[in-house]
Amino acid sequence: MSMYDSIILGAGPAGITASIYAARKKMNFLVLTENIGGQTLWSADVENYTGYQMLTGPELTERFKDHLDNYDINVIEGVKAEKVEKKRNVFEVTIKSGEVYKAKTVIVATGRIPRRLGIKGEGKYVGKGLAYCATCDAPLYADAEVAVVGGGNSALDATLQLVKIAKKIHLIDRAPSLIADDLMVEKALQSGKVTVYNNAQVKEIQGDQFVSGIVIDADGKEKKIPVEGIFVEIGSIPASQMVPDVKKEKNGEVFVDCSCRTSVSGIYGAGAVTTVIAKQIIVACGEGAKAALSVFDYINTHKDSDFEE
Amino acid sequence: MKKVVVYSTPTCPFCKNLKKYLDEKEVSYEVVDVTKERDKAKEVFQKTGHRSVPITLIDDEYVVGFKKDRINELLGL
Repeated sequence: MSMYDSIILGAGPAGITASIYAARKKMNFLVLTENIGGQTLWSADVENYTGYQMLTGPELTERFKDHLDNYDINVIEGVKAEKVEKKRNVFEVTIKSGEVYKAKTVIVATGRIPRRLGIKGEGKYVGKGLAYCATCDAPLYADAEVAVVGGGNSALDATLQLVKIAKKIHLIDRAPSLIADDLMVEKALQSGKVTVYNNAQVKEIQGDQFVSGIVIDADGKEKKIPVEGIFVEIGSIPASQMVPDVKKEKNGEVFVDCSCRTSVSGIYGAGAVTTVIAKQIIVACGEGAKAALSVFDYINTHKDSDFEE
Repeated sequence: MKKVVVYSTPTCPFCKNLKKYLDEKEVSYEVVDVTKERDKAKEVFQKTGHRSVPITLIDDEYVVGFKKDRINELLGL
């Protein structure tokens, strides 16, 4: 089995930038990823990426991909790393199908995944009325009555997308008041289509083949609301379960130092999966670049015999 | 030649990736914009049990999501 200099997990902004830097350093590396773009793919409008005043997440992803395609990079798309194990100085990365890849270093750039409600029956309705991405699925709910769960900016972003499409939006927030930016809340309320429920918890998702309703507990009173769609926007969690041995924050974020090193020598972290401040596309890109350069240094300061199995 | 229909929306990122992939492979296909053709949308959601896009119909088989391996298999790519 060939041994790579590095395996980059994930191809969002951090993984793509790490790949570009690694390619320019002529490293022998492999990218394992579920998709190209990561969370950027789901972003609506991006207005804070230097050099571009405004473009959508999918448009920015397209540019990232074009840049990546300039190099001859070994990318396996549609796969998920399940486990990273260190054996002496060599890392073995196992993907879901059971295949194993070996490398001298690993860059964890797996980003974050939407936080789930954690209620019974949730899994059953994913893609059947229950959605975690308004950019993707909001257009499927024309003239429908829907619910959005959450009270932050991402929940309001989903609500504002739905205002243009759906008939009525029930915004279900567990906090006493919405924490999203006032401007967004104002816009949502001005539409006349949005009803806000504060101090509200989701109890149950109802349906048959598809979602038909949501049961909430609002201020201690149970209420059943008939909806065709439920958009869950309650934040995200780091996708870091494949590296159980690295030191993590309580919430699962991988601790990194300013050189993107983790607590395990040879494993690096980049982007929103890590403890780095600001989960922003541009920050993730910078972190990806740093991680690849740190890996380059690591390999150059080790002898080939260090990686003998 | 197999009949290929892609059910999609104009904004969904995976729909774009899927169409780009089919273009690269020179596969011709019909596009159903589910935001406009609501009856066809309803029908495909009922038949597949999924309210999501993209959905690709290859002859008489549906593929929910951009599943490259399954699409390759059905199209013999």
